[in-house]
Amino acid sequence: MRRYLFRRLIILLASLWVASGVIFLLVEGVPGDPASFMLGVNAAPDTLVALRAQMGLDQPFVWRYLHWLGGMFSGDFGTSFTYKVPVAGLIAARLAVSLPLAGIALCLSVALALPMGLIAAARRGRISDGAVMAGTQLGIAVPNFWFAMLLVLLLAVRWQFFPAGGFPGWSDPLAALRALTLPAIALALPQAAILTRVLRSALIETLGQDYIRTARAKGLSRARALTRHALRNALIPVLTILGLQFSFLLAGAIIIENVFYLPGLGRLIFQAITQRDLIVVESVVMVLVFAVIMVNFLTDLAYAAVDPRLRRRI
Amino acid sequence: MTLLRLDHLTVQIGKTPILRDVSLTLARGEILGLVGESGSGKSMTALAIMGLLPDRARISGDIILGGLNLRHRSEREMCQLRGSDISMIFQEPMSALNPMMTIGDQVAETLMLHRRMLRSEARSIAREKLDRVGLRAPRFPLSLYPHELSGGQRQRVAIAMAIALHPKLLIADEPTTALDVTTQAEVLDLLRDLAREEGMALILITHDLAVVAGMADRVAVMQAGQIVETAPTRTLFQRPDAPYTQALLAAATHHPPLAARPDAKPLLQVENVTRLYRLPRPSAFAPHPELRAVDDVSFTIHAGESLGLVGESGCGKSTLTRAILGLDAVQGGTIRLTGHPISPTMPRPQRTDMQIVFQDPYGSFNPRQRVERLICEPFHLTGRPSDWRDRVAEALREVGLSPDDKSRFIHEFSGGQRQRIAIARALIIRPKLIVLDEAVSALDVQVRAQVLDLLSYLQATHDLAYLFISHDLSVVRAVTSRCLVMKAGKIVEEGPTEALFTTPQNAYTQTLIAATPRIPQHWKEPA
Repeated sequence: MRRYLFRRLIILLASLWVASGVIFLLVEGVPGDPASFMLGVNAAPDTLVALRAQMGLDQPFVWRYLHWLGGMFSGDFGTSFTYKVPVAGLIAARLAVSLPLAGIALCLSVALALPMGLIAAARRGRISDGAVMAGTQLGIAVPNFWFAMLLVLLLAVRWQFFPAGGFPGWSDPLAALRALTLPAIALALPQAAILTRVLRSALIETLGQDYIRTARAKGLSRARALTRHALRNALIPVLTILGLQFSFLLAGAIIIENVFYLPGLGRLIFQAITQRDLIVVESVVMVLVFAVIMVNFLTDLAYAAVDPRLRRRI
Repeated sequence: MTLLRLDHLTVQIGKTPILRDVSLTLARGEILGLVGESGSGKSMTALAIMGLLPDRARISGDIILGGLNLRHRSEREMCQLRGSDISMIFQEPMSALNPMMTIGDQVAETLMLHRRMLRSEARSIAREKLDRVGLRAPRFPLSLYPHELSGGQRQRVAIAMAIALHPKLLIADEPTTALDVTTQAEVLDLLRDLAREEGMALILITHDLAVVAGMADRVAVMQAGQIVETAPTRTLFQRPDAPYTQALLAAATHHPPLAARPDAKPLLQVENVTRLYRLPRPSAFAPHPELRAVDDVSFTIHAGESLGLVGESGCGKSTLTRAILGLDAVQGGTIRLTGHPISPTMPRPQRTDMQIVFQDPYGSFNPRQRVERLICEPFHLTGRPSDWRDRVAEALREVGLSPDDKSRFIHEFSGGQRQRIAIARALIIRPKLIVLDEAVSALDVQVRAQVLDLLSYLQATHDLAYLFISHDLSVVRAVTSRCLVMKAGKIVEEGPTEALFTTPQNAYTQTLIAATPRIPQHWKEPA
């Protein structure tokens, strides 16, 4: 187990390093100079040179890469070109919105998918299964921003249970949670629909296994065999999807953040790209890469926790 | 005193009749053998008693257990009976246990479910039960998972689960079919002892007549959903009444004619072959340990000869087969076929002298290709000759199928027919040697006898040599003239089959032969 963790850690660091190189190459290597973008096409040549020197763009490519990499180790991500504040603080403020949002959405989608998947699998081919399958079909087909707008229209505009947008900050946790509720629901619904379908098909497959028949021969009822024996065996594909979904929820919430006017990571990176704020782009992408790799790592650990056969390989 | 009575039990799924008028009685503590070919309704009878038939099944007739008609119990009442009054174990020990749960918890679950006891209490009884079935502490702690056990050990766990609450009736559905002979003998002994000691009635379902011969008090023979004969075991073997029983018995003891070729030339020469596998390193810098899967093996097959290779699972049979087929490189020794060396890099046309027929008639064909295309597959070694369609038709005729079958798909054929198609596929390229890897193990006795006859006929007409690999000693005895016994990668005994079976020299061979279930010789003569 310790050897496995050590090996995984090495792989994790190596992937981060490779990712940092690729990101830097892509962002800095493509044509388009942030300094000339900031000054416009008619800028005087010496102003441009001065700005480039101020931004550190006159340094050699490799040196700039090492400087950026070294800075990240000490928590210094550099200074944003447009906002003129440290990137680290900028990202931290945005993560304070995006991370809870993704977390709440993920919990919601599990809370919805678990009972629905169980019911659909247990009552396969009956009306309740059909209803769940039709519902999930709808959940996958309808885009989440459409849900978002419906939610706003109903729960914010007509009944005014929740704010329609904006984020008050975490100084008032209750208000912050209220602000995140509708976007989390809008994000969770399509994810829950996918998760329900995956869980249902995994459960149906395990229900056909011999050990379920053994469990029934022991005297377990259908429902108990489902929850005690089938569920855990069906978890592996569910965990895989869950890992993918978390990464998506963290980075892919741009549209939802726009609908609800939330200051999240998605909006930050979108703005940074349009303003050629390269250092912010690089750093946010790096943070997202880190999150994805960590989630993969945790998913692998979760596999081992669930399935004893995988533990031996660890 | 009657424990179980089935009265005109009839089951239908959709329009298909599954069981027709099945009537049976079983006394307390009695062992009943339920015999028949696959699809004859044995397992369905068991599932009907357990109340675990598929949802679509329509059932009529009565199932009376200890005065209680199980047909009129609710699902809830049946759940209380299952595992406590009636228990069942199944054929596949590899998949019958939950892979995510420890064996201790799986045995304890039965106890906690029915007796409302604490987990600690249930686990201590589970410990006793595992001891009882021969999985003793400290070698087999409760914390083991099924994947850490062998097939025989898993079957013991399944038995411990089934007997945990002293059921009045245990149903064992092909409990030893997937096991090696020595393991089979141990598990059968255990079941017999449990039945005798705990006064538990046992229904032993099997397709193997020899297994019931040594176990059952009475035998019921099933065919096409009906019971065709029920009799005390000895009477049934000595004076089978129903024509179907007679046919079954004849097929079980069937001996196809053996080809005798005293002056034949060596065809396959295996000399000092060693096959090593690298195992994972125990620590980061230690060298890889090696497993000698095949250890210095030598033997020769002559043209037109049938050579048997027997051994238990894990003895290296399959590894040796792969090397002989030139699929894996060997780490020592040489293999030559008609004088040419065999290796993974050998020229393709040389491979035509050797073909293989696998065990699984269901898994060894591409389900989306027509029979014609399946059969002419070996031609990719040589290029398709212009008369390939005639050759396909000829191969089909030779294995007893119609040339018109060429445009059908594999799912349209029965297991025995599929094995015939596999033989046709091997024959079409006109090989000199066919490796038969458990080729008849999955077939019912009557079908098996037909396929063995076909093999014997083809051997005589085509001067074929067979390497007959099997764990089933009785089949090897019936169809080979010479036999090798393999254990832990080595050939431990070699000799003419009949002599090897009657007077085995090696201790391991003796164990194997002693463990093989057989119908007592004196039963076969009329009493």
